[in-house]
Amino acid sequence: MSHKSSKALQEEAQCLLNIYGPQSSSLKVKERQKIPAQVMPVQDPELRSHNMEEVSLGYSLEQARVEALRCLQCAKKNCIEGCPVQIDIPRFIGHISKGEIEEAIAVVKETTLLPAVCGRVCPQERQCQLYCTLGKSLKDIGSSVAIGGLERFVADWERINNKIVIPSVKPATGKKVAVVGSGPAGLVVAADCRREGHHVTIFEAFHKLGGVLRYGIPEFRLPNDIIDKEIETLSAMGVEIKTNFVVGRTRKLTDLIDKDGYDAVFIGTGAGLPIFMGIEGESLNGVLSANEYLTRINLMKAYLKDADTPVYLSKKLVVLGGGNVAMDAARMAKRLGAESVTVVYRRTENEMPARREEVLHAKEEGIRFLLLSNAKRILGDEKGTVKGIECLQYELGEADASGRRSAVEIANSEFILEADTVIIAVGNGSNPLISQTTPLLTVSKRGNIVVDETQQTSMDKIFAGGDIVLGAATVILAMGEGRRSAASINKLLCGPAVETSDPSKGTLS
Amino acid sequence: MNSILYKQQLSTDVFMMRLFAPLIAEERQAGQFIILQTDDDYGERIPLTIADADTAEGSITIIFQVVGKTTKHLSSFNTGDKLPALVGPLGKPTHIKNFGRAVCVCGGIGVAPMHPIVQALKNAGNHVSIIIGARTKELIILEKEMAAIADELIICTDDGSYGRKGLVTAALKDLCERELKPDIVFAIGPPVMMKFCSETTRPYHVFTQVSLNTIMVDGTGMCGGCRVNVDNKVKFVCVDGPEFDGHLVDFDNMISRLNAYKDIERKHYKCFVEKTFNQPVKEEQI
Repeated sequence: MSHKSSKALQEEAQCLLNIYGPQSSSLKVKERQKIPAQVMPVQDPELRSHNMEEVSLGYSLEQARVEALRCLQCAKKNCIEGCPVQIDIPRFIGHISKGEIEEAIAVVKETTLLPAVCGRVCPQERQCQLYCTLGKSLKDIGSSVAIGGLERFVADWERINNKIVIPSVKPATGKKVAVVGSGPAGLVVAADCRREGHHVTIFEAFHKLGGVLRYGIPEFRLPNDIIDKEIETLSAMGVEIKTNFVVGRTRKLTDLIDKDGYDAVFIGTGAGLPIFMGIEGESLNGVLSANEYLTRINLMKAYLKDADTPVYLSKKLVVLGGGNVAMDAARMAKRLGAESVTVVYRRTENEMPARREEVLHAKEEGIRFLLLSNAKRILGDEKGTVKGIECLQYELGEADASGRRSAVEIANSEFILEADTVIIAVGNGSNPLISQTTPLLTVSKRGNIVVDETQQTSMDKIFAGGDIVLGAATVILAMGEGRRSAASINKLLCGPAVETSDPSKGTLS
Repeated sequence: MNSILYKQQLSTDVFMMRLFAPLIAEERQAGQFIILQTDDDYGERIPLTIADADTAEGSITIIFQVVGKTTKHLSSFNTGDKLPALVGPLGKPTHIKNFGRAVCVCGGIGVAPMHPIVQALKNAGNHVSIIIGARTKELIILEKEMAAIADELIICTDDGSYGRKGLVTAALKDLCERELKPDIVFAIGPPVMMKFCSETTRPYHVFTQVSLNTIMVDGTGMCGGCRVNVDNKVKFVCVDGPEFDGHLVDFDNMISRLNAYKDIERKHYKCFVEKTFNQPVKEEQI
């Protein structure tokens, strides 16, 4: 596959803009359908598989405007239904098509706090873009308007041009809100509650903020600068930040309310408990969870010469799993110099939970996919180090309750795969730390905190949201839960008379 | 930031520090640990057990041996210096009650994490016998502190330079042979020592609790790097431990996993010492 440079794509877009731009408001559906979908410029696969720089380079203004002209501005606005936070997608895209970027980002920020993040990591092909009328009319989801790419464009434009407006904060209410965890859910709660004039403190267990955005998602997919900028904005709003603070251990959850005077607490501690497969050989050296592998590299910077945290310099690495975390681990291994990286997944590519774009990028970078296969046991040498995996072949069976076809193992289909490192990326359970130390908190059998429709837990003044409630889900769903939690907290603290932000009708900047 | 209130060198490679950490001092219980970094950006996270705490001063005490780059770096910090990252208390506290006769076996700097456990056991009304083992006399630490609390204190040195000559397991076996045999044994020290303490008590059916110090990154259950096999089940030392039934721990696997990054760790240590202290490091020193 050949990759056109950003410049070439920009020039092509300029030509198209000269044709379609002047008549933008009068374009007919058929004409819009004919405008070529804009290709997201990316770093050359060979080059990028040796660096940590971001893979996707983002649209130029010209490309963004051409892509925006493809939007049919249809009456039904199905795309909004597909968005977990209901961004007014046609309206922000309409502004982009006219070159009104400041107006476009304002529309996006009415409902979402982290568009630069969501534009990059949302599974758009299963959300907004799945419902896009243009994609449907062209009978190809891949031809839907690139809503994610456009969201990213407006957010980057705002940041690069120093147009980020620090949201105004209402006069101090004297009320205190504790936010436990600084991942996507916590960041949203902090912003939304602070805006109402409450004193907000974020408690983070690590020495750096961002939660899974920092330790999980690699630099080449979500640069740390973007997270830093979001946190800078929160600090500028007056949000207090306490790192190296494990709620449940450094301070009990209930002590935050009983002793420290917090009026409400939000728990957004995420799905941080790696699931292992329970197969033979999992405790050999060279077998690690994707969480551990990625944390060593992303958060602890093990890939840099000056960093103290060690990481395996693998030659033959195998990743077990088919989600985004599996793709991140596989592509990271390539960047750290692994000669061969194989993703082993027991279903087919259609069932893979990873974003389409990540799978595509992984393939371009030379990651090998071994589908309809799964590890049966991990083999070690006499020193207790991994030397390979015994795998089994699978076939697809009947659809299960979730509609996904089950994977059925084929008897006597064992084969051996050589490996010096095995990364387990088959999911995360919920972190038990807070529930262990807060006996009154109701949790489900799977350890997820149980909440009502207002995100309130079984305990008074304590709310929860994100992966600790949902199980391992997505950034945007976590943000949506954060939004709802903040609305409930604001309602609790201000009383019903004060209008609070409805999750779908936020009041950001 | 947590400043260092006091620093003392206890033996060639062993240091004691009191760190200002009022919240940890208030919450910590026997058996719990902290994680610290000597550099906020590039440092690694290492777990160290809390040896003592003083809520009036708002301090915790750590005792550590120089074994790698981070502990070497930490040993160069002085009173008044600040630690860039310190988090805790982590892990489940030791389950303390009046067991009756408790034996606490400490190897090397395992005396440090045992200290708060001995205090708590004594407060709960136990009869406490302490066995301290070290290679040689110079490496015995906290003898006075332990003697002050213990009902009985037995010192063992490998070379016979102080106390009994021989390993702690021999002394432990003697206690198990007594008419009033121990109701519980706590063993903290090098993994091999904990393994053989557990083997020593197994035939006597004396419950033996060990405190594991595995490789960790976050210390809150997120990475799974600290996992051990206990009774053939995967347990995380940071959230399920650090204390486990020694008779059920797969020590051989645990010891093997402690060596997972040995080569890289050696290299980091050598580079650091040669660069920072301008001392050449020979292979046998690490």
